[in-house]
Amino acid sequence: MEHIELFFKSIFIDNMVFATFLGMCSYLAVSKKVSTAIGLGAAVIFVLAITVPLNWLLDQYVLQPGALKWLGAEYAGFDLSFLSFIMFIATIATMVQLVEIVVEKFSPALYNSLGIFLPLIAVNCAILGGSLFMQSREIPTLGLAFNYGVASGIGWFLAILAIAAIREKIRYSNVPPALRGLGITFIITGLMAIGFMSFGGMLTGGDDEGKKTTKTVEVKTVKEKTEKELANNTKVIK
Amino acid sequence: MGLLSKKDSKLITDPLADNNPITIQVLGICSALAITAQLKASIVMAISVMAVLAIGNVVISLMRNIIPQKIRIIVQLVVVAALVIIVDQILKAYSYQLSKTLSVFVGLIITNCIIMGRFEAFALGNSPWRSFLDGIGNAAGYGLILVIVGFFRELLGSGTLFGFKVLGDPIEKTGLYALGYENNGFMLLSPMALIVVGIIIWVQRSRNKELIED
Repeated sequence: MEHIELFFKSIFIDNMVFATFLGMCSYLAVSKKVSTAIGLGAAVIFVLAITVPLNWLLDQYVLQPGALKWLGAEYAGFDLSFLSFIMFIATIATMVQLVEIVVEKFSPALYNSLGIFLPLIAVNCAILGGSLFMQSREIPTLGLAFNYGVASGIGWFLAILAIAAIREKIRYSNVPPALRGLGITFIITGLMAIGFMSFGGMLTGGDDEGKKTTKTVEVKTVKEKTEKELANNTKVIK
Repeated sequence: MGLLSKKDSKLITDPLADNNPITIQVLGICSALAITAQLKASIVMAISVMAVLAIGNVVISLMRNIIPQKIRIIVQLVVVAALVIIVDQILKAYSYQLSKTLSVFVGLIITNCIIMGRFEAFALGNSPWRSFLDGIGNAAGYGLILVIVGFFRELLGSGTLFGFKVLGDPIEKTGLYALGYENNGFMLLSPMALIVVGIIIWVQRSRNKELIED
């Protein structure tokens, strides 16, 4: 149940493009034709499915405060979380290179369709964003992290596929000259995002009472947490 | 402009309008949209990007002759990631609430295409001083759009600017609210950021016909 919930939540409610604007640059640049959009979308799913679980392991066993406990009790006090940006991006860059080499060796057909997009992906905000959101949402298990990676990728895939299809058709419409190209794409994406917001009630089923209680609890825990962290921070500064 | 030659000052003024990184070069859109619900967050984001881009441009430009062509992307990523970590730590130390609001988007400066784009297009082929100016100019152009979007979204969405209630108090019905004005809560939601940027592009391209795409 947990898995199904996270899966649909990541695809529709927290859609990468429409809710958090991740990967907008390539979303706008590579969405002129449906076929290239499918190629890039598939590559994003593929890379997210590999890097999110990998970064989850890295976060869990190296970076989190106290994560180095498995090395021995004297390492339990270390907090390497400030290194997470550089570690995540290094993992992503190396994984993309590795995937490129492996795919080229074992599946030339797949390489021909994905290959040109793989280098582009190392610097796609959707990939790093997936890992960073995985970290900040504190996803509890490896299986869920994999699930989150795949589902976010599918959400991104759907978004770029839809906008590419619309852009192919819109060429035949009479758009005001100043809006042609970039401007109209922005506005269509905005309208699509409004459409996707209607999925927001999908998991709560419009149950207002349930929503309210969970919300207050969430706010409380976040508050406690920030206070705790603040106290920690001031200690460090002192 | 005694300090800057005419060519150098063009590096700063060009990205502000006719070669704006967001509306013309289509770079760095991800972060531009997500954090513009408040004016303050937009300004902090703009300053962070300016620091990273200007310093990063200088560093890359100083190393441009010794970076091997094949691994330049990795080198660039390492430089940006190191700078972003510094910015993130400074934000956490001096303005903790704000760094919570910006959440992962500080980290996403690393993959902000504006940074890689300027490294590739400018810093790898120009002297440090010119790269520095280019970094400042492009980050200013980026910040300008952020501030415009943030201004409208905060003013129309919550009736405040920097948290000050400029339009009166919605609960006690003072100022504009006494006349029956209501906040447009829709402006605070993410889709409106896209539409506001779309409108900015529309206005800009109607004023300068050369920028219109076919």
